Amino acid sequence: MSPRQKAKIETPESLERLRESILAQERPDAKTVVVCCGTGCLASGSHDVRESFEQEIRAQEPDGDIIVKKAGCRGYCEHGPIVVVEPESMFYHCVTTGDVSEIVSESLNKGDSVERLLYEDPATGKKCVHEIDIPFYKKQRRLVLRNCGHVDPTDIQDYVRFDGYQALAKVISKLSPEEVISHIKESGLRGRGGAGFPTGLKWESSRNAPGEVKYIVCNGDEGDPGAFMDRSVMEGDPHIVLEGMMIAGYAVGSNKGIIYVRSEYPLAVQHLTTAIAQATDLGLLGDNIMGSGFAFEIEIVKGAGAFVCGESTALVMSIEGKRGFPLPLPRPNTSVSGLWGMPTVLNNVETLACVPVIIQKGAEWFSHIGTDKSKGTKVFALSGHVRNTGLVEVSMGTTLREIIYDIGGGVRGSKRFKAVQTGGPSGGCIPESLLDLPVDYESLAEAGSIMGSGGMLVMDEDTCMVNMARYFLDFAQEESCGQCTLCKLGTRQMFQILYDITKGEGRPGDIEVLLELAEAVKAGSICGLGQSVPNPVITTIKYFKEEYEEHIHEKRCRALVCRQLISYRIKDYRCKACLLCLKACPVDAIIGAKWQVHEIDQTKCIKCGTCMEVCPPKFKAVECVSGQEM
Amino acid sequence: MKEGRLGKILSVFKGKKGGLISILQRVQEEFGYLPEEALSEIAVFMGLSSSQVFSVATFYAHFYLNRRGDHLVRVCQGTACHVRGARNILETAQYKLGIKTGETTEDYKYSLERVACLGSCALAPIVVIDDTLYPQITTKKMTEILASVSDCEKYEGTELRKR
Amino acid sequence: MSDISITINGLQVKAQEGATVLGAAQKAGIYIPTLCHCPDLTPEGVCRICLVKINNKKKLHPACRTPVQDGMAVVTDDAEIERVRRVTLELLLSDHDFNCLLCSKSGSCRLQELVNRIGYDESRLNRLNLVAKNLPIDNSNPFFSFNPNKCILCGICVRTCREISGVGAIDMAYRGYNMKVSTFGDKPLKGSVCVSCGECVERCPTAALIPKEELFPTRRVKTICAFCGVGCGLYLGVRGNKVVRAKGDRISSVNRGGLCVRGRYGYRFIHSNSRLSSPLVRAYDHLSSSRKINETENQDKPLTAPLIKQKDRFVEVSWDQVIKYVASTLMHYKGKQFAAFSSAKCTNEENYIFQKFVRTVMETNNIDHCARL
Repeated sequence: MSPRQKAKIETPESLERLRESILAQERPDAKTVVVCCGTGCLASGSHDVRESFEQEIRAQEPDGDIIVKKAGCRGYCEHGPIVVVEPESMFYHCVTTGDVSEIVSESLNKGDSVERLLYEDPATGKKCVHEIDIPFYKKQRRLVLRNCGHVDPTDIQDYVRFDGYQALAKVISKLSPEEVISHIKESGLRGRGGAGFPTGLKWESSRNAPGEVKYIVCNGDEGDPGAFMDRSVMEGDPHIVLEGMMIAGYAVGSNKGIIYVRSEYPLAVQHLTTAIAQATDLGLLGDNIMGSGFAFEIEIVKGAGAFVCGESTALVMSIEGKRGFPLPLPRPNTSVSGLWGMPTVLNNVETLACVPVIIQKGAEWFSHIGTDKSKGTKVFALSGHVRNTGLVEVSMGTTLREIIYDIGGGVRGSKRFKAVQTGGPSGGCIPESLLDLPVDYESLAEAGSIMGSGGMLVMDEDTCMVNMARYFLDFAQEESCGQCTLCKLGTRQMFQILYDITKGEGRPGDIEVLLELAEAVKAGSICGLGQSVPNPVITTIKYFKEEYEEHIHEKRCRALVCRQLISYRIKDYRCKACLLCLKACPVDAIIGAKWQVHEIDQTKCIKCGTCMEVCPPKFKAVECVSGQEM
Repeated sequence: MKEGRLGKILSVFKGKKGGLISILQRVQEEFGYLPEEALSEIAVFMGLSSSQVFSVATFYAHFYLNRRGDHLVRVCQGTACHVRGARNILETAQYKLGIKTGETTEDYKYSLERVACLGSCALAPIVVIDDTLYPQITTKKMTEILASVSDCEKYEGTELRKR
Repeated sequence: MSDISITINGLQVKAQEGATVLGAAQKAGIYIPTLCHCPDLTPEGVCRICLVKINNKKKLHPACRTPVQDGMAVVTDDAEIERVRRVTLELLLSDHDFNCLLCSKSGSCRLQELVNRIGYDESRLNRLNLVAKNLPIDNSNPFFSFNPNKCILCGICVRTCREISGVGAIDMAYRGYNMKVSTFGDKPLKGSVCVSCGECVERCPTAALIPKEELFPTRRVKTICAFCGVGCGLYLGVRGNKVVRAKGDRISSVNRGGLCVRGRYGYRFIHSNSRLSSPLVRAYDHLSSSRKINETENQDKPLTAPLIKQKDRFVEVSWDQVIKYVASTLMHYKGKQFAAFSSAKCTNEENYIFQKFVRTVMETNNIDHCARL
């Protein structure tokens, strides 16, 4: 590894010298084993993989310099642990400790790829050696995630090697704060947290607002279930967030940054803490940064588990140590009067991560990416019933179909596509007929959904839309802060009605009541949470009304999901009394014994379907039936 | 003894603006939950009414006012986990532990909790026990994991291994 | 402050700068329904009943906290606002324990008033899930009880306790649907730091906080609180010949309507059976011929005449006798041997005479008064 630089970086030139010296020390024949150590890959055992690489390299002593490097998330978590061998960039997925020795001997020693660990394109059956060959990555355009999976998140030197802090150096040595703001304005960058407010305007109003102290708050309270791009950026490339914040601080005239992170993300907190310490050691944070006279410090505040704190005023309340109650209208903009009544720029992680690249490559370059009104790229967390799940970064304006089918590989198994949900609990469900919708702020809003923080959940025909709406409303009523009547009681009431419908207790007229409640909650709630949580109800009714009607009038769930409307049973003439399902049942609801045909105790059954899964296909003894057929 | 431990935490925050939530987080790290006496003392320290501190502590999902179990079982109920059957996992855990969500077993070994999202959606459904993340859980795996955790209990100090 | 002009529902209305839309509308006689609004407290705008349209913008603003601006166009009523209000009210009712006929707040309940003003339709309400919360009622406080099932979580009590009483005994605890007004540790009010001033009870729009055993008065009498030297203005509600309620006098510059526990709930001593209405004197021999009464036997009977105590018994005596007795006893003391303590329940004139007496006749400055707390 490159020798540690202890001396502080005092000028932009010394940063450049440091970068050059790091590059100079790299031997051209050196090989790097990059092991993904994001939360996803760690859960699949990448820590052990990395250790066994180190052991194996000591044991086999391959030629040349070999560096084992840990890196952040590559977004293809389902195929983790992921190992990439540089400089050939051979991409191995699902690597276990047992595979390490082979990779070392084949790839590191001989430079050959290990065929069986390569990704196989399911469409063509061809093996993909490089990341870029894999369909999942082919159509992506990675700006925000450009370093994720490449840079070592716990080593500032590695970030500097990847042109890190160059944008900051450029800003403080060559640009005035006003120029920075006009750059950002020209780039057309809009907030990635959901509402899409132009970032440049936000900075400008904060800059112009009077205030002794100004704050830059990075919103890392990624509460939307199903979204994890901010986590990946904070974990995999923490310095880009710091750099973005510093540039914002310089532009706005702020010396104090706060990163508000969910405490569900311990690794992100850890990496950010390390990054702040390292940047401070190098003099990139603190007083007189690179000799410019600009001072900036960053503090981490951990969230305490409240979804509503992703809302700007609630987040400010939370940092101030109060209940996370959003402020009702009329209220001053946070950018004018936010934390402790001072001008506060509140930007999402992804927004801030866009800033350095805009400065480096220019506003014009950035504004050519994307659509007319939505510039740049957007990261989506693709999940659900799709073949390739993970983080996907695409140019704005890419259609949903491209994301789901070309990148995501389409729906899993032989099921049919039903809907895609964007924007988490604040978004809506979009049906197949709208799949050619380009993804940008306006188009999604028109379809009744929102961009949101970028969750994208694909649902197949086995998903019940009423149940889905119930799920989101359950989340909403649980996370409603309780301050305003409409949101508190409205979400509860909608949840109750939806719950009744899924139980088969729906009443004629329920759909109209739901719509009326949804519209009122949308119009009358205090904050963005209340104003947007009815979206899942409105859109599912709009696009999937017939499913609601089936539930209400026929007491039937076509997807066989709603538990009270279905039951599992064992066909006695097919059951071979093999005990498989009996043992697998998580709640011991199956009665029977060896030589005695099994039966399901319907009072105990939680309808999880485990019995159906374990029943050998040749027996096919378990079936799921709609309640009406019982 | 408690007072000493609490005083130590509070002294770090002396003269700092706000920070009630950070204090509560630190105190909970120390005691495992937020004892009532600690809350009153924090209120005095912060110059707030005790009911205000109570109000903040009950607002956030991560603060507990009662003693928790030694192992915290968190079942993710995020969207991605939901569509891949997280509800079955939660109910399996409830059945196996004999407690409802949010409760603690009588022997203070386990607390069961649902969480909104842990940000590992690609590996759904997810279960986190203490700090170990278990990816792509099935009802069967859930049963096995709970069994293995209680097995490890027998050999104190054994690192809980996943899978 | 200068006047500015705004339009409300198309009408030109003059309003003072710094006023709220609600204030301006009320002044102009235009009704905007409110629930969580209380003129004494900072407006929070959480009940969403007073939502109005400002300058035809899409987002609705709570009238109670929106300041007027010159040329502002306000719409207080249109189909959309009406719909949001109606749904809000129906949601509140769906969550409310309403047995108005048996509710002592009936007639002065703000929720009831809204139902009359906005109107509701039973068939519409029945489409919702009517949830009976059935939370335990807190009866621990001797003067009032708290029924969370009637609470609409407007937060008035919490703000009152914080802003007016400065006690902070209660706050909103928990979150979302489970949110409730709670003391520290969710304990009964009696065990909390609540000082029972009853300011919150006075402002509660529903029957969530309601005084115990309070009768409806038939007339009221303006007076001054006799408990201490502050001299709070007070209206005593009278029914028959009995004081049944006390209310602060908002016009009084001393208390501006506020009262403490003694002023608000302490009136019950007036009709107390164990109240002493005459002086007690320790017995001396030549009064022993007077009629003897047994203290323990006559506990329920109010005392109406001076009493003397003789071997654990009280003896009724006449005022003349008592004054003679007191005078003859005081004859033996002077200066530092003597001290006196007077009462706030006496009039100023009485207190003046008493201190004059102590200083000139008894020749001492050893005099104090119970109001010097």
